[in-house]
Amino acid sequence: MGMTMTQKIMAAHAGLDEVHAGELIRAKVDMVLANDITGSSLVDYYEENGFDHVFDNEKIALVMDHFVPNKDIKSAEQCMACRSFAKRFGITHWYDVGEMGVEHALLPEKGLVAAGELILGADSHTCTYGALGAFSTGIGTTDLTASVASGETWFKVPSAIRFVLKGKKPAHISGKDIILHIIGMIGVDGALYKSMEFTGEGVASLSMEDRFTICNMAIEAGGKNGIFPVDDAAKAYMEGRVDRPYKIYEADPDAEYEATYEIDLESLEQTVAFPHLPENTHTVSEIAAMEPIKIDQVVIGSCTNGRMQDMRQAAEVLKGKHVAPDVRAIIVPATQAIVKQCIKEGLVDIFIDAGCSFNTPSCGPCMGGHMGILGPGERCVSTTNRNFVGRMGHVDSEIYLASPIVAAESALTGCISGTKLD
Amino acid sequence: MEKKVQGRVHKYGDDVNTDVIIPARYLNIHDMDELSLHCMEDIDPKFVEKANPGDIIVAQDNFGCGSSREHAPVVIKQRGISCVIATTFARIFYRNAINIGLPIMECPEASERIEDGDEVAIDFATGVITNVTKNETYQAAPFPAFIQEIIDAGGLLNSLK
Repeated sequence: MGMTMTQKIMAAHAGLDEVHAGELIRAKVDMVLANDITGSSLVDYYEENGFDHVFDNEKIALVMDHFVPNKDIKSAEQCMACRSFAKRFGITHWYDVGEMGVEHALLPEKGLVAAGELILGADSHTCTYGALGAFSTGIGTTDLTASVASGETWFKVPSAIRFVLKGKKPAHISGKDIILHIIGMIGVDGALYKSMEFTGEGVASLSMEDRFTICNMAIEAGGKNGIFPVDDAAKAYMEGRVDRPYKIYEADPDAEYEATYEIDLESLEQTVAFPHLPENTHTVSEIAAMEPIKIDQVVIGSCTNGRMQDMRQAAEVLKGKHVAPDVRAIIVPATQAIVKQCIKEGLVDIFIDAGCSFNTPSCGPCMGGHMGILGPGERCVSTTNRNFVGRMGHVDSEIYLASPIVAAESALTGCISGTKLD
Repeated sequence: MEKKVQGRVHKYGDDVNTDVIIPARYLNIHDMDELSLHCMEDIDPKFVEKANPGDIIVAQDNFGCGSSREHAPVVIKQRGISCVIATTFARIFYRNAINIGLPIMECPEASERIEDGDEVAIDFATGVITNVTKNETYQAAPFPAFIQEIIDAGGLLNSLK
């Protein structure tokens, strides 16, 4: 019996010729990631357990992005703990204010993750790097501590669901619409414990940004990871960023899948997830037939949708227009390189002229940290990844998840609305 | 880990996520006693007041979905909850709970039958869940041996020492 792409990467990292779904393995890791919240817990666990070494100071990334730039004294103390840990162990990939970005945008951009690698991150959206043909998944602080100390972890080899993408993606449809459509179809536990493997001729019509967004939200379907085949676009992305040899794995033709779904990209509609679960999806034509849903805030950013394509698409919608009265539009580019590119392309002028705020990279509002907390009864259209109760603020606030195009159009109209790009 | 526990049940539904178990706005708190005062705050604001040591949480599908924050099982354990029973658990929460020594059990029948306020006893050695209130028993699947070893060692970090 053949192996899936994910199983092949696991086997290679476990030193085995083959692995099977359900098997328990020990695997070596190529990169371990933590942020200011989980990194400072790592420091606590290191102290409590008296650990005095890290497995490889060049294979650990510490990115200060969640409550950063620090929102309060306690958050500042978390970064202080991470900073001294990074100094103590000579952590090479240490990213503080000025260099940091939202971790899952930053690591691929810096070439710290590559095809065929096995990456663990103490953040659930670590599954993002599957876009590059890597196996990556989120872990908690104990697994983080164990892998930082030992360079290894244990896994139960996952079974897989295959998503065959058909046709060519239209311009106004983005990775966000595709993954929201999938989560709406299979539910927030539809891929529980499983790999989500994306394949088919439609992959070629997806930008790397689209693929990062899709893999990023694999966790919102309960998935262990999401993964794409490595094609010319993925190789081009890694060119000039990844300075080490990487390995391309392909699923065996006889790999076993628990289910296969075919997604016709050409018939997809822009899709919005209503409160309070990412599976509560509605298409924009369904929404157009409802009473208008008035909004108070729009957030465009995050590890899901704070990349260059997202900024460009939002700017295309907002150019020469102005956000609706009583709507606050908050734009948070994910990395410093994206900030610079936005300046270079004149996007910052477009955003500010449209009445948006343009900010320094941070996870900020996504998990209710800072920079856009919602009050009671407020509604937000957000390009982030979760719309759980209280996620962005008050328990009685509401989050609608959407693409940057839909979020930008909604900012203009003041109600949840889709648009086709000109 | 205690071999047998008994307590009153706090019952919840599907997709109890880590944001409602412990909202991210509190994740700058490192004192786990202090942090645990916010346990379940966004789904059940009275939880901390009404939950007694030994009590049991019972929920349905996909308990602990969402973020990787280990604070979620940690604060539940800190409040003295003796076990979480659910139909299924989200995978990161499942690992985190095992790793920090919070007993969890997957048992669809128990999740369906047990109601809020029921008195429930659990025998971890046999996987038998007894609903004292309803005079019923349910059988949970035992842990795989590999996971049982982590539990017996008192958590993953102890098993590494």
